[in-house]
Amino acid sequence: MDDTVAEYIRRTVLKIPRDEIKMMLQKWGFLSEAQLQTLNFHQMKDNISQEVVQLCEENSADIKQAAVLDIIYNHIYQNKRMWSVYQMKKSAEELEYFDIKDFKKKFKRRLRSALKNVTITFKEYEDNAIWIRVAWGTPYKKPNQYKPSYVVYHSQTPYVFVSASVLKSNMPLLCQALIVASNYHDIREMELRSHSLNSLKDIVFKRYSQNFQTCTTKPLQGGNVELENADIRIIQENRSEKERIHRLNEEVFGSGPQPKLEFAQYRLETMFKSDPKMDVLDKKEPFRCLVKFSSPHLLESLKSLAPAGMADAPLSPLLTCIPHKARNYFKIREKKGLFPGSFVSP
Amino acid sequence: HLATSLPLPSERDHLRPRIDLVVFMIDIKSKYSLKNVETSLAHVDGSFFLGKVCFLVTGVGRVNACSIETSAICKLGKTYCSPVLFCELELEGIRVATAQRLLRMLQICAGHIPGVSALSFVSLMRNSDDD
Repeated sequence: MDDTVAEYIRRTVLKIPRDEIKMMLQKWGFLSEAQLQTLNFHQMKDNISQEVVQLCEENSADIKQAAVLDIIYNHIYQNKRMWSVYQMKKSAEELEYFDIKDFKKKFKRRLRSALKNVTITFKEYEDNAIWIRVAWGTPYKKPNQYKPSYVVYHSQTPYVFVSASVLKSNMPLLCQALIVASNYHDIREMELRSHSLNSLKDIVFKRYSQNFQTCTTKPLQGGNVELENADIRIIQENRSEKERIHRLNEEVFGSGPQPKLEFAQYRLETMFKSDPKMDVLDKKEPFRCLVKFSSPHLLESLKSLAPAGMADAPLSPLLTCIPHKARNYFKIREKKGLFPGSFVSP
Repeated sequence: HLATSLPLPSERDHLRPRIDLVVFMIDIKSKYSLKNVETSLAHVDGSFFLGKVCFLVTGVGRVNACSIETSAICKLGKTYCSPVLFCELELEGIRVATAQRLLRMLQICAGHIPGVSALSFVSLMRNSDDD
């Protein structure tokens, strides 16, 4: 077994929390159950990984198998990576039958024709997700196994989720290989990024609870609105206002859990509008400014702003449109022409 | 009676008892809270400012999260001749103590304590502002 492979396996096992190592090795399936029995999972991780490497040596592991273990780790700890979303476009309207073998063959052939030194690994999961791991090299160097890119493709959809490695220059090649393999003719990056892969899927597959405009003006029963105290001596003067806010919130955000995003970024290219007396920025140039909202769970915190009394309801549509428009990066430019004010560019 | 802002909704006017004390709660972590209080103050009749108004600043325990400067709040208290109390609602001891203080002030404002009236608060305030 290659030294580099041994080292790679050792480092991959070290990344796994000790309590999960056995489960992951079982999922991997490369070591037999008998071999796994010989491992002592209660010792220091350093020693466990050494023992695993020795067993792999016995089975003559190569980089292909090691790469599968890496996919398994990243599938379970997918939220450690930052994912971006790409959308593919078809030229023809007819739906072609998707053949996984054909997809893999075309993908590998396309990548390898451009770059000989790549390691390509596939793994399919039950939810129709195809995980692809690509380790990139150069014409003169072997692939760097420690900085691979991961691609998740749901074959029945035009969406691809990519967690690129730091080497961004390989993205065009990766995109090309994807459209060739999947029979699309174009691919573009969406302005949507997050650590939570499932939330990105929820947003583009429209799996989250969406709002629907309700025509009823019936107010909610008092029991639905959150009451801080059951004490009947406390009289809420603004009960109807609280109910209005609650209803507006439900309309905008829906009543289910929100997809998990960590930030929203707005790049402003608008003119600074100041009091003429202030004499600031006389030049009619756009005022470049970047506004970034970050939170462990951005959409839930936006949803709780108005009920908590921190903002007026309804919230700005720039904030509430995030799941519907499937984007959390925005460019806001001055709207020229009839309507003054700003608009969101595509 | 709890309200999020003033003026109070007029549809409940006939159900409301006499108001003896108005406590404006300002969350020191939220500039919006201060702005809300400032706009609501305009809706209070002048006679209340003879001891029947008080400012309660909450959230002071979290020093790192202050968005409002205490000087701004003290200035507010001075402008409206009303006492400013600071408290931290998340600590039960302080919460209970503050509630007791407010209750005592309310008793005085409602005229339940013979010999002391709400006007006393105004004179007490004058003395403590000697710096």
